[in-house]
Amino acid sequence: MGFLDIQNVTKSYGAVEVLHRVDIDVQEGEFLVLVGPSGCGKSTLLNMIAGLEGITSGDISIKGRVINGVHPSKRNIAMVFQSYALYPNMTVGQNMTFGLEMHGVPKPERNAALKDVAKLLQIENLLDRKPGQLSGGQRQRVAMGRALVRNPDVFLFDEPLSNLDAKLRVDMRTEIKKLHEKLKTTIVYVTHDQIEAMTLSTRIAVMYQGFVQQLGTPKEIYDTPANVYVATFMGSPAMNVLPSRVVMHDGTSYAQIKDANGADLLLKFSQANMAQWAGKEILLGIRPESITDPDGADRNSGNIVSLRNRIGVTEPAGADTFVTMELCGKDIIARMRADANVGAGQEFDFAINMDKAVVFDPKTEERIAP
Amino acid sequence: MSAITQDTAIRTGRVTRMLIYVTLLVFTLFYLLPLFVMVVNSLKPLSEITGGNMMSLPKTWTIEPWRQAWSSAQIGVEPTGLKPYFINSILMVVPAVAISTVLGALNGYVLTKWSFRGDKIIFGLLLLSCFIPFQIVLIPMATVLGKLGLAGSIPGLILVHVVYGIGFSTLYYRNYYASFPTELVRAAMIDGAGFFRIFWRIMLPISGPITVVCIIWQFTNIWNDFLFGASFGGQIQPMTVALNNLVQSSTGVKEYNVHFAGAILAALPTLLVYIVAGRYFVRGLMAGSVKG
Amino acid sequence: MTTTVQMDFRTRLQNWIPKLVLAPSLGVIMVFVYGFIVYTVYLSFTNSKILPSYDLVGMANYTKLFQLPAWTLAITNLAIFASLYIVISIAIGLTLAIFLDQKIRGEGVLRPIFLYPMALSFIVTGTAWKWLLDPGIGIEHTMHLWGWASFHFDWIKNSKYAIYTVVLAAVWQTSGFVMAMFLAGLRGIDNEILKAAQIDGASNWNLYWRIIIPQLRPAFLSSFVILSHLAIKSYDLIIALTGGGPGRSTELPATFMYSYTFTRNEMGVGAASAVIMLMTIAAIMIPYLYAELKEVK
Ligand SMILES: Nc1ncnc2c1ncn2[C@@H]1O[C@H](COP(=O)(O)OP(=O)(O)OP(=O)(O)O)[C@@H](O)[C@H]1O
Ligand SMILES: [Mg+2]
Repeated sequence: MGFLDIQNVTKSYGAVEVLHRVDIDVQEGEFLVLVGPSGCGKSTLLNMIAGLEGITSGDISIKGRVINGVHPSKRNIAMVFQSYALYPNMTVGQNMTFGLEMHGVPKPERNAALKDVAKLLQIENLLDRKPGQLSGGQRQRVAMGRALVRNPDVFLFDEPLSNLDAKLRVDMRTEIKKLHEKLKTTIVYVTHDQIEAMTLSTRIAVMYQGFVQQLGTPKEIYDTPANVYVATFMGSPAMNVLPSRVVMHDGTSYAQIKDANGADLLLKFSQANMAQWAGKEILLGIRPESITDPDGADRNSGNIVSLRNRIGVTEPAGADTFVTMELCGKDIIARMRADANVGAGQEFDFAINMDKAVVFDPKTEERIAP
Repeated sequence: MSAITQDTAIRTGRVTRMLIYVTLLVFTLFYLLPLFVMVVNSLKPLSEITGGNMMSLPKTWTIEPWRQAWSSAQIGVEPTGLKPYFINSILMVVPAVAISTVLGALNGYVLTKWSFRGDKIIFGLLLLSCFIPFQIVLIPMATVLGKLGLAGSIPGLILVHVVYGIGFSTLYYRNYYASFPTELVRAAMIDGAGFFRIFWRIMLPISGPITVVCIIWQFTNIWNDFLFGASFGGQIQPMTVALNNLVQSSTGVKEYNVHFAGAILAALPTLLVYIVAGRYFVRGLMAGSVKG
Repeated sequence: MTTTVQMDFRTRLQNWIPKLVLAPSLGVIMVFVYGFIVYTVYLSFTNSKILPSYDLVGMANYTKLFQLPAWTLAITNLAIFASLYIVISIAIGLTLAIFLDQKIRGEGVLRPIFLYPMALSFIVTGTAWKWLLDPGIGIEHTMHLWGWASFHFDWIKNSKYAIYTVVLAAVWQTSGFVMAMFLAGLRGIDNEILKAAQIDGASNWNLYWRIIIPQLRPAFLSSFVILSHLAIKSYDLIIALTGGGPGRSTELPATFMYSYTFTRNEMGVGAASAVIMLMTIAAIMIPYLYAELKEVK
């Protein structure tokens, strides 16, 4: 039983079910990120935890108490909104203590709490300003401060960084992470940015079309995605997925693919259980960083397969150079060291780290190996 | 309009500009003519009007017509001047504007921030009510006011104006509040504030611009109303009806100078509001769309 | 919203309060607007005279209404008045807006001058124009005094032309408001488009006809709707300016309805005329509001 328990929760608007049997348990001090594309139901789930949306069926409990029908203000939660939702007519200080005031906390205590939090977030000098006089980053801080002052059991964040510019977003991301490490509070955080999800979370729930596709640590999600959707959603550039077929030679299993000229190539599997798929179609998933130039290949890997193929386009990106090539009629992205000597149209020896390959069932799109 | 002072990219030649200025001048005269004539002739003795030129300034300046219009002119059968009717109008307008504005604000708040099933239909019904020709309600309204014992009374007129003012005030507040994120109310809910506390502490303090718009609108409409006043006022006539009685009275000599002074008196409150707050009216109308 | 879950008292209360707050307004509107409409529609099918009666007579009032010369005159007048009023107001409003938009010196002074008539009561407007148009003391008289002896302008006394004086006064009152709407529309047009068109070599004339005016569609539409709404409801202006005369030459449906209902004691016919007015306005407003609401969502 977790600290925050979401059991079998569904949500319908009229006849349309937008969340289907969601089961997530969050431990105390955990940083859970809900990630998924627009419209997958992340905000709806978060609002249900907050009490801003009703629950159609199932239970949500905090610290063992079922809170389904409890008013939002009585759940001991705090929420940071995408638009920050700072009260425009109140000063920063009033904004942050409004919740305490509404809960009948006496003024001296309110001020003490305000002082602590303002110091923590380094916004002491902003307390007398109105939200209209703040920059985006400052508003973001105030919105977090308003949540922190309440000292709640659970923090809820709904895409708090998506209104910031790219640079500030990275800075605030680091800051939220530091804050969590310092305060060890329980956080549920919604984003559609998979990098935010990977960097911040202790666990991630990947959502799609109202289903939780996979719940796990960032490493689990990245290395062993539950299905093709999770595999391609997490990671940038996305994982390459190739239609392929399993063939056996001398008791060893290989993935059979076609290069840019249509010639057959064989990639040896690292996974032992592939024999049972012999002769069958599969989907082979390989992340761009597992296709490199020979010098850039992972030294610890026990199964680097070399593959000669024609280079399509090269895209130098500073730290790395991305290269496209054609396999099985699809554009495949490989990630080279920045100084790899590659040119468009040239034949090149790619090194594929088959240890990291992931195999999916083409019918169900579920992972079958590793 | 004053909020957007963007220059057009269009360049015009000398002759065109001359023509433009001439046209604008002609229209300026057209719009000012009636006001000029009313003011000038309300300050002349009657003999100067009937014998002289309406465009010329008074030879003998007098405020006697104003005094008469205010306190002694014959309205209907009584020589009371317009003063009691002016007071009627004030007594009717102030509560009617206040009530319809408060209701509009609350309705707008509910319709944007506490949406529930069917709220769109309710808004549609309120909105359509703004545009009915009032002739369609005259007959039953007369009956109902009679039954309620409110016919020919100030409260009766207040009721009528509130009822037919709610639509517009709701429309204004709804559109304005819609430009603020619902998250504002949700944040306050989590903070522990209830319906009225959120309205009082968060929505009302940001409602200044639209409240100006709504008050100006309601004030102008209710002050200038004639149909309801004439139909349901009975003895308690508002200013517009009294002015009409003054001007149309068929007995005696037509005292044009008094009529003009009366007309200006009837127009003064709305003109004043327009001069003082007209700027905020336009600004307030734009405020909603700028915020979003 | 939830069905399966028992909510605490506060949550349930907070769910009810908004509906309770809206209820009085909704109730009042349902009775005083929609209830009354139904009632008037009902009356229009009864033989009500001086008092409401509940004896149904079918379409008799409508048949009678359309045989009455006074009603035919009223709707003819409305057709003349409304079309001229709308066209002229829009023409003047658009012209003034375009002219004011040419970086005019003193725009800040002119705008309020064009707009102030909107703040006046139609009764005041009527009183002022009635006098200006009176040949004995008004404009005609002034022209004679200024030496233009042949000047002749007595439309307000002439049953053939009196309706045009109503147009004049109404245009005076609202064209400034139409100007404001067009001006707002003009100021909202992206300057880059104009610059692009100028680079393409468009003349000022072409710029306006081909690029700017087509973009003012929303302003045209709202002006049209507001003006037609005002025209159909016109009552006070007629009362103050012409009193419906000379003779009955400036009667409009609104004055017709009032006199048939309250002075001629033909309530059934009056109700029928009000229903026709409502239907006319509805035919204009409902499609407009529907489109607007769909856009705003
Ligand atoms: N009030 C409502 N009535 C009907 N459907 C709704 C309502 N609110 C949300 N939905 C639907 O529920 C689904 C989930 O919406 P939700 O806001 O949770 O998405 P999200 O994952 O937060 O997306 P985003 O990243 O765009 O914020 C969407 O398909 C949306 O259309
Ligand atoms: Mg969302």
